[in-house]
Amino acid sequence: MNHARRWSDQLSEELGSGASAELLSVDNVSLSFGGVKAIADISFDILKGEVRAIIGPNGAGKTSMLNVINGFYHPQEGIITFRGKQRRRMKPYQAAASGIARTFQNVALFKGMSTLDNIMSGRSLKMHCGFLWQVVHIGPARSEEIRHRRRVEEIIDFLEIAHIRKQPVGKLPYGLQKRVELGRAMAMEPELLLLDEPMAGMNLEEKEDMSRFIIDLNSEFGTTIALIEHDMGVVMDLADRVVVLDYGRKIADGTPAEVQANQDVIDAYLGVAH
Amino acid sequence: MRSLPSLPHYLLRNAEQYANRVAMRHKDLGIWREWTWAEICGEVQSYAMGLKELGLCHGDKVAIIGGNRPRLYWSFSAIQSIGAIPVPVYADSVAEEMVYVLEHAGVRFAVCQDQEQVDKVVSVHDQLPGLSNILYDESRGMRDYDVQVILSIDAVQNLGRRALERDSHRAVQWRTEIDTLSGNDMCVMLYTSGTTGRPKGVMLSHDNLIITSINANTFDKLDVDEQTIAYLPLAWVGDHVFSYGQSLTAGYCVCCPESPETISADRREIAPTYFFAPPRVFESLLTAITVAMEDASRPKRAMFDHFIRVAKGYGEDVLNGAPLPLFSRLHYAIGELLVYGPLKNRLGMSRVRVAYTAGEAIGPDIFRFYRSLGINLKQLYGQTEASVYITAQPDGQIDADTVGIPSLDVEIRIADNGEVLYRSPGVFLGYYRDDEATASTRTADGWVYTGDAGFIDEKGHLRIIDRAKDVGRLNDDSLFPPKYIENKLKFFPSIKEAVAFGDGRDYVAAFVNIDLAAVSNWAERNDIVYASYQELAGHPLVYDMIERHIEEVNRDLAAEPRVAGACIRRFLVLHKELDADDGELTRTQKVRRKFINERYQALIEALYSDRDTQFVSTTVIFEDGRKGKIEADVTIRSLGEVPDMQMAS
Repeated sequence: MNHARRWSDQLSEELGSGASAELLSVDNVSLSFGGVKAIADISFDILKGEVRAIIGPNGAGKTSMLNVINGFYHPQEGIITFRGKQRRRMKPYQAAASGIARTFQNVALFKGMSTLDNIMSGRSLKMHCGFLWQVVHIGPARSEEIRHRRRVEEIIDFLEIAHIRKQPVGKLPYGLQKRVELGRAMAMEPELLLLDEPMAGMNLEEKEDMSRFIIDLNSEFGTTIALIEHDMGVVMDLADRVVVLDYGRKIADGTPAEVQANQDVIDAYLGVAH
Repeated sequence: MRSLPSLPHYLLRNAEQYANRVAMRHKDLGIWREWTWAEICGEVQSYAMGLKELGLCHGDKVAIIGGNRPRLYWSFSAIQSIGAIPVPVYADSVAEEMVYVLEHAGVRFAVCQDQEQVDKVVSVHDQLPGLSNILYDESRGMRDYDVQVILSIDAVQNLGRRALERDSHRAVQWRTEIDTLSGNDMCVMLYTSGTTGRPKGVMLSHDNLIITSINANTFDKLDVDEQTIAYLPLAWVGDHVFSYGQSLTAGYCVCCPESPETISADRREIAPTYFFAPPRVFESLLTAITVAMEDASRPKRAMFDHFIRVAKGYGEDVLNGAPLPLFSRLHYAIGELLVYGPLKNRLGMSRVRVAYTAGEAIGPDIFRFYRSLGINLKQLYGQTEASVYITAQPDGQIDADTVGIPSLDVEIRIADNGEVLYRSPGVFLGYYRDDEATASTRTADGWVYTGDAGFIDEKGHLRIIDRAKDVGRLNDDSLFPPKYIENKLKFFPSIKEAVAFGDGRDYVAAFVNIDLAAVSNWAERNDIVYASYQELAGHPLVYDMIERHIEEVNRDLAAEPRVAGACIRRFLVLHKELDADDGELTRTQKVRRKFINERYQALIEALYSDRDTQFVSTTVIFEDGRKGKIEADVTIRSLGEVPDMQMAS
């Protein structure tokens, strides 16, 4: 009983042992829109199994960074390496197929569809039966759907949203929509999950629930997570390592404690004369 | 029929007699899973074997903390089968509340539903020297705990299965041990929710539960074909009797919902035949129906209103099988087809043969509404110390104001001060480690003081007025029954909770809590804009509405000679909801008067002054245990002259 240990102790031990490998690395990436430099020569990496936070003031280039990682934007310079494979140009669906899933800053669900169908849609890349098979719904199409439905039900159970299983998501409160969106991303069984402000606009209780889901997702399913978040308390509790951006540049990279003590970070948040 | 000595005996009987009948269902991953009696018996056996392997002995106490899940019900059987005693604990209590019960009961093991409950027990384990193991049902989040002391029920069952494989003689031994259990042995210990002071451990014997359960089954002709849905707290005596005792003795099927939030959908899918709910549930269902109908299209609303009027006219007679003219019967039948049938289906009450409500008084309008739809809703009166049943309404003798006639084998007596006493085979063994309390509650010849004031009416039915100790007097010596007044207020859908004051005062005054669901809908339809609960509660139009309700209650009170002096003169609408987390309500949602008196002293004094507003600052505790502050200027309103009915008549 005295030995009851919290997940975090063990996690930090594991990280300390240096067993983790690099899952994604961003090398000297730059991205500009016309004359605006959104990202300037940024490099950082994400290790397998960690929770990596990307923080920074508004307009720092955080969401652009996520968009670069999942192939939505194509950087003019630099190299992105995911699972040992280098790439320059990649379409979002290719990124999805290679194991990167994401949620959005503004909820982007199919509003007229139920929670269940929304999450099921996250499985579409994993379905092998063609359209016709699915229409007649016999044989392999049927057993495939049952298999996927089971996985989706496990996600519903995990996120504690059984009570809204059949409700159209457009009518749900914002906090629950965010959860459904996480569910849809989880349904892809991604290796790297990108969360763009998963707790924006939530109250304290919703934030705590969401934090618990992220922790469990990370340590129970081993999903690597990169998240953008403004709530510093949440970032400091959840993240193993933090990268800080400001005006498209990387100004700090390290453990939450290191970043918190960094003078550049403090200046960026509190503001100094530029 | 002679009864068997213990509840595990009934499990063995059912495993033989009803081997292939479904005994339990649980919705998991969106699908209803089923277990037959034979399967459950097997699960319980391996579970019990595992517990023995872990060293659980005859007489040990085991806490059970969690919701209505099959494995937790099997825990009861497994623990009882080796002569140990299960102690269910309210799952929503915070660790500090829980530790008192766990410590007082001296639990050896704790069976928890999930990580949340395990964490609570772990956080107080240093105050529980006797605790040796924690078991859990749901494995989520449990990966990094010490597996030596914190293990899953599955693991315990596997331990048991391996032990049985090693030595097949153990199965026989298990049955022999069950045979040593006798009817007088303690079967379960249930802690009262503690409306006043610390919770007390009520010890019930196998005979208490078995005889009471069999009597209840006989009274309502419940048999092996019934279906119920288990959704009330495990620690509450009602659930222990309805979902466990009565199910084992009658052999009927108990269904466990997917989660507390999905109950209404799950109930619709199961359509139970025997159903119990506190008045709160019936109230909130009716509020939901009313709200939905107010948003419905005009023709639908007209049809609904018409047939609800028809139901009010003939429904009760149809239910009681009283003679009715053919035209009325036809009219009601059309209503059944168009409105009542679909509505009952929606509520999951299509197949209900017997439904009970108890625990609090139910609003007469609400009560009659359900009965008029053809749902056989009845009232009963009971308490933990009686293994539930003291009185119940027999079919056909239903009155919204009474709680029925004494249940089978129960004797009732009214003391000189109006307090109700009873004697029955369900009377408890005593309070655990509290002989003093036992002696002051139960007389030497077995009569138990209920603590409730009431009387038996001309038809032989019991009527309850209030808690005996709460009945007070105003300064002019007129009777002041607070709960009686509060219940009248709470019968209005827009009033969620009320607290009346008046003992030793010049007049009666009240706190009112609005019901957010009902009042916000009303506000929306009346174009009232508000940003928060607090703002809505303080809105002048809300005050106007509450004032009209109170005037109506006052007219009712004035019409009854016994309580005519207790009309409400001043009231206020509270700026926050009374909450069990803040200690204002008990875990069974009853008002803690003493606590409220202290906490809201300033507001109460303001009610008895001539002030119109009063500033108040309240500390609140959020679900995660953090503290915050709510501040408000609460408006106080006086009512006009109370109508004097006696003068008028």
